[in-house]
Amino acid sequence: MSAVQEARWDEAYNFAYLDEQTKRMIRRSILKAIAVPGYQVPFGGREMPLAYGWGTGGIQVTASVIGPDDTLKVIDQGADDTTNAVSIRRFFSRVAGVETTEATEEADIIQTRHRIPEAPLREGQVLVYQVPQPEPLRSLEPRETETRKMHGYAEYGLMHVRLYEDIARYGHIATTYSYPVMVNGRYLMSPSPIPKFDNPKMQGNPAIQLFGAGREKRIYAIPPYTSVKSLDFDDHPFEPQTWDESCALCGADNSYLDEVVLDDHGGKMFVCSDTHFCEDRRAKGHRGELGADPAALAFARTADEGEAQ
Amino acid sequence: MYVAVKGGERAILNSHELIAETRRGDTSVPEVSTRQISEQLGLAVDRVMAEGSIYDRDLAALAVKQAQGDLVEAIFLLRAYRTTLPRLAVSEPVDTAQMLVRRRVSAAYKDIPGGQVLGPTYDYTHRLLDFALAAEEGVGEPEAPVGEAPLDAGMPHVADILDYEGLIEPEIPDEDASEPFDLTREPMSFPADRDQRLQNLARGDEGFVLALGYSTQRGFGGTHPFAGEIRMGEVSVEIVPEELGFAIDIGDVVVSECHMINQFEGSAERPPQFTRGYGLSFGHNERKVMAMALVDRALRAREFGEAAVYPAQDEEFVLYHADNVEAAGFVSHLKLPHYVDFQAELGLIRKLRREFEERQQKDAAE
Repeated sequence: MSAVQEARWDEAYNFAYLDEQTKRMIRRSILKAIAVPGYQVPFGGREMPLAYGWGTGGIQVTASVIGPDDTLKVIDQGADDTTNAVSIRRFFSRVAGVETTEATEEADIIQTRHRIPEAPLREGQVLVYQVPQPEPLRSLEPRETETRKMHGYAEYGLMHVRLYEDIARYGHIATTYSYPVMVNGRYLMSPSPIPKFDNPKMQGNPAIQLFGAGREKRIYAIPPYTSVKSLDFDDHPFEPQTWDESCALCGADNSYLDEVVLDDHGGKMFVCSDTHFCEDRRAKGHRGELGADPAALAFARTADEGEAQ
Repeated sequence: MYVAVKGGERAILNSHELIAETRRGDTSVPEVSTRQISEQLGLAVDRVMAEGSIYDRDLAALAVKQAQGDLVEAIFLLRAYRTTLPRLAVSEPVDTAQMLVRRRVSAAYKDIPGGQVLGPTYDYTHRLLDFALAAEEGVGEPEAPVGEAPLDAGMPHVADILDYEGLIEPEIPDEDASEPFDLTREPMSFPADRDQRLQNLARGDEGFVLALGYSTQRGFGGTHPFAGEIRMGEVSVEIVPEELGFAIDIGDVVVSECHMINQFEGSAERPPQFTRGYGLSFGHNERKVMAMALVDRALRAREFGEAAVYPAQDEEFVLYHADNVEAAGFVSHLKLPHYVDFQAELGLIRKLRREFEERQQKDAAE
């Protein structure tokens, strides 16, 4: 056997950590989830070496669909260099030996927490969401026995009432993330805690979208080109977030912006939450209003090279 | 292979170095061995085995050492390791009536066949700090006296004595279920049967189960328990290999067991009978099995037609929140960055305040 053919992963573990029977069980659950878009499939989730709530569902889904030749991208809050994204990428480098990338277009599998990349996805890509609470109705009804019935009967009036109460109280729907969606006209689904800004990207997406909730032991999915509609009312249509500002680094006015506090008397700037998208734009010569400011440049350098200790 | 190395990654690697240094502590103090932990912190090891769901003292001791004595962290380590193990066989039910007893007490009867066996217990120690244990020269080699006669071989369960008279509900094996529900292979499902509930409680956090059990005693779901019997000792584990077709002994495990006897009013259809609550755990975990037996009985409310109005009787509440690996993970995940969602909330709260001020100004103008 040549050096090239030798296992590139830590051979103390099976490829991608999980044993083959477990992966098969998870793949069956994924297939069922794809066949019934938006339906939460219970699965025999395993205990992973990362903590529950830290992406164990997404990790199990990724581990079950990844192959040795796949390229993996992991983001948290849209960024490739947040510590948990780094930690999960390191995990797969170790137990699966796969190539990793920060470039959205180069990735076969993108595992994400709280964001959908700004760059459009393509056919063949898999977007794996980490899901803390798969049940969109849980905050309204704590009992699983009840919420399963509500899904069974497509009885979603409770959620509409909640949205209506927002309108009665505030004049508009006051949900900014985990904004509930209706999938394929049948199942109410939690998009995971992505900002509602990202909801429209789920609609008719050419990529496969898989959702893994490890602690709650549920998998659900949106097949390519599926209808995903954010709940709203005829007289109060769904509205994603908008900013008056644009990215201080790359000048983008169409991306999700994070607020970066610069001092303790109100100084702040807004930058793209999707770090790869922002870097890509800057590499192409785009500059934001603080693009030449020393403080902003220092921040950009930190983001690019990493100075955190 | 390209692995992006960034600030976050360097910080993580450095934190691993720092935790290793912190774990070792002052290097002028000898390093503790896993064997010392296994032998001298045996009850910590027992708890980690029970809630970690692996009977292996060496691995549990290693987990305790690696986790710097944080038992919930040690349980997590053992659970994650457990995922990588193949399942070779499913054992026969252990027969605790055949236990090689180290301790066995009943609070329901003064004397029982086989006798009361106090065994190793802190129950009647006065909780005074023993400074002899802190002495430089150590405690030497303490030796307990050996009994004059061996214990009775036959130690029937107290519940079986009541059963003979028909005073307690009979325990009827579930004939349809060939294998019990296994939470480590299947997700929780409701309504939960007793096998699922008991497995959940056996793996559940001792503190959580203890508090729930306590709540039933204080009035949040009174089941009027008597400690029918508590026993601890070795039981043999048997499997039936397919190629043999008969049971073979594969080893002994130490378990703790508790039978609680609870009151029951009876009904038009049933004569008054005592009811059961049951607790079983790997190792010496008496507090856990007693609490477990209280909560097991409370969770049987549906079976006895009792209104489930208290937390300990609510199976979704108890079963979904008993696991400390799940609970610790989800509480600690709040440490992860949430700034995308926080940004969304910042945008909303600024908008709501702006609208509020506009209304105020409009009202003032009118």
